Amino acid sequence: MKIKLITSLAIAVSVGFASAAPQTFDFKDPKGVNNVVFKLDAPLEAINGSASGISGAVMFDAANPGATKGKIIVDAVSLTVPNGMMKEHMHGKDWLDVANNKEISFEAKELKNVKTADDITTADAVGTFTLKGVTKEITVPVKITYLKDKLGQRMPNAKGDLLVIRANFAIKRADFGVNPKAPQDKVADTIDLTLSIAGASPQK
Amino acid sequence: MKRALQILSAVVALAVIVVWIALGANRGWTKTEKEVRTLDEVTGIEGIAYEKRFQPGLDFLGAGLLGAGILAGVSIFFRSKSNATGTQSIQH
Repeated sequence: MKIKLITSLAIAVSVGFASAAPQTFDFKDPKGVNNVVFKLDAPLEAINGSASGISGAVMFDAANPGATKGKIIVDAVSLTVPNGMMKEHMHGKDWLDVANNKEISFEAKELKNVKTADDITTADAVGTFTLKGVTKEITVPVKITYLKDKLGQRMPNAKGDLLVIRANFAIKRADFGVNPKAPQDKVADTIDLTLSIAGASPQK
Repeated sequence: MKRALQILSAVVALAVIVVWIALGANRGWTKTEKEVRTLDEVTGIEGIAYEKRFQPGLDFLGAGLLGAGILAGVSIFFRSKSNATGTQSIQH
């Protein structure tokens, strides 16, 4: 009886530790839904577009969401606007120079002002943002939604959890050397970014 | 020739306006792709894809009307048929 009790206690503790351990969520989305929307609203012209080539990994612990860390990478070539010529210019040397700067990334190093209610955590993610080879520390307000056991609903025959990250923030293109001489009445200096991404952590 | 250029100018202007309105009267730049959004019901994320579709913008409209204007302008340098005939009859 005593042995059975100790064994079941040990199992319960180990299961508890297992579920509380940080999970790695892979943000390379096979469904291609993950995206970043960018908007530049200048007095004379508004430019809207999006990027879908997202990858990266985030370590998330449901028992301690404040310890979340990770890196999200956007393939610079995947940045698209609905005008073909404008897209070509945007990818060009003066603007994003995607041939030499293939990745745009944000690496979250710590979360501040963490608030968790049920499966939703809001926080300010402090980390480094890299664009066109220039890296700067920025703070990004994020909303993290932990969807336990929901991977199967998205990918048949798969078991595991999903992590949805949403963020709205702005950067200045001049800070990152994105054609800083371009007139700001035509191309706004402020780039508003909206990140909507989901990562998967399959059960092994 | 003058009359033909004037008619051509009017036809070009009208065609450009009709095409611009018929394809969405887009008041921005001409678009060669259209954004299509699909909702992922599990995550609530709206996926964004692009499909090839021509949506003429104000630049298309402007260029078309400018072309029509140039045709109309060029027509000024041609004498109208009736005037030429009139001049000839006076000389006779």
